[in-house]
Amino acid sequence: MEIPINVLVFYLVALVVVGSACIVAFSRNIVHSAFSLLGTFGGVAALYVFLGADFVAAVQVLIYVGGILVLILFAVMLTHRISDIQITNRTVGRIPGLAAGAVFLGILVYAIAGTDWAKAKEVAFEPTTAVIGNLFLGDYLLPFQIAAVVLLVALIGAITLSRKEIKE
Amino acid sequence: MEFTVQDLIQALLPGAIPAPVGYPLAAILVAFAVLSAFVAPLAGVTSWLERRVWARMQSRVGPNRVGPQGILQWLADGVKNIQKEDIIPASADRKLFLLAPYIVFAGFIGAFVVIPFGSWLIPADLNIGILYLLAITSLAVVGILMAGWSSNNKWSLLGGMRSAAQIVSYEIPAGLSVLTVIFLSGTLSMQGIIQAQGWAPQDWFIFYNPFTLVAFFMFFTSALAEGNRTPFDIPEAESELVAGYVTEYSGMRFLFFFFAEWGNLYVIGAITTTLFLGGWQIPATIFGVTMAEHPLAKGVLEFTVFFVKSYLWVLVAMWIRGTLPRVRVDQLMAMCWKYMVPIAFVCLFGTIVLLVIWPDGNPALSLATLGFTTLVLVYFMWRVVYQIMHSRPELYLKPYV
Repeated sequence: MEIPINVLVFYLVALVVVGSACIVAFSRNIVHSAFSLLGTFGGVAALYVFLGADFVAAVQVLIYVGGILVLILFAVMLTHRISDIQITNRTVGRIPGLAAGAVFLGILVYAIAGTDWAKAKEVAFEPTTAVIGNLFLGDYLLPFQIAAVVLLVALIGAITLSRKEIKE
Repeated sequence: MEFTVQDLIQALLPGAIPAPVGYPLAAILVAFAVLSAFVAPLAGVTSWLERRVWARMQSRVGPNRVGPQGILQWLADGVKNIQKEDIIPASADRKLFLLAPYIVFAGFIGAFVVIPFGSWLIPADLNIGILYLLAITSLAVVGILMAGWSSNNKWSLLGGMRSAAQIVSYEIPAGLSVLTVIFLSGTLSMQGIIQAQGWAPQDWFIFYNPFTLVAFFMFFTSALAEGNRTPFDIPEAESELVAGYVTEYSGMRFLFFFFAEWGNLYVIGAITTTLFLGGWQIPATIFGVTMAEHPLAKGVLEFTVFFVKSYLWVLVAMWIRGTLPRVRVDQLMAMCWKYMVPIAFVCLFGTIVLLVIWPDGNPALSLATLGFTTLVLVYFMWRVVYQIMHSRPELYLKPYV
């Protein structure tokens, strides 16, 4: 049986994404969880490459691996005795947790089954950067600007929270 | 002539092997060959040269025993380190400790995919080349944090933290300076950026206008900081942190970190050359010979031009390391956020304004910028000669010992 190499690579990448996501969720060591995100973020970037979205793939690595992952690692490493804290929520037991999980799984399965999955067309590996730029500054200018304002607000909020009040 | 490594693989692949199996194998073989035949000697010889250059700057001799003038010292270092015991501290986080050098190394070696050594000598001319480069080099931060944390050592952790904070901060002025160049070239592809420049200095982006000249210095300084080079080597400051995040590493794993650091020095030079110094551009005709008629000579000449230009910045980085003291942590952060980021923004907006006024550039302005830089360089040389003549130091100019 002839398996095309790109299908093989796709499943390999999917395995890396799902596998490291499982480590993120199930690992007892929170630092291991944080480092496993590297596999998830990198794998998602590879999936973008499969979809022919070169710009998004590079930005995914740049922002998520270079920025967000490092921030998460900082937060985990700089939190005092983070591994000693009991993470399990005592007030809500395992049974309500399982029930909530089951309901959520049901919703997800229902949504996936209900979606009319279009068969992936021949992916065109063409430059997308200029098209994305034109769309951002043309058709989607308002959402783009709103996202920028939201980020600015988040920045100002972070500064307000972290700065020390200087008393005279 | 359009020719890439991929075409070479396809041409050399025997028909008997099916393409899905043979192609990845051949790609791995080519990558291995390039790694051992170009990158390893490059990083090795750089490590030897760096030690020799500092030694001369500090009136020492440096390694001069293995081979002529010690040029084979890096091979001896490699053999020595590969024989050493691979010590893993008992309280270290074993998996992450073992993995960390590979991640740092992958981030460094991935950069070579888009480095244009000539008009056709490039592994892959991605249309998002420079963005890919910024993205792949950020992998090293994760590896450094991993090394720092998993060593279970206060110095390692502090070194890793410092390094990550430094790299994340200096990515911003570096990115803004790169953006200035992207505005001028209108493309993210490395070859596209080079093709937007010319072979003559006044056609390079560094002299495009006064703002790009400043952006060049912003970029080079940030690149040195991102590569953890002196004067920004506080992550491995020997006087405070033993060796920072590499403290607990030994043998070949230790060498991997420094392999990446020395190789990275060349990558910095190559990116600087591509973005600001016209890359491999050579004149179309040299002494009446049309270069397009001699593809081989053209390729060799382009590679030489690119290599010399980029290695020049490796030597400048050595010179800086030999002369400047290390900055403090707070000075480092203040310099990035209070000075370099605002200056980089000014460069960006200045370039945009000039682009609106002269969409195709202004040759007179470029020539004026080039002239100004030349004047500063001449004045600098004159000061050096003046100091040597008047302070009468005992000069010992014999280069070989």
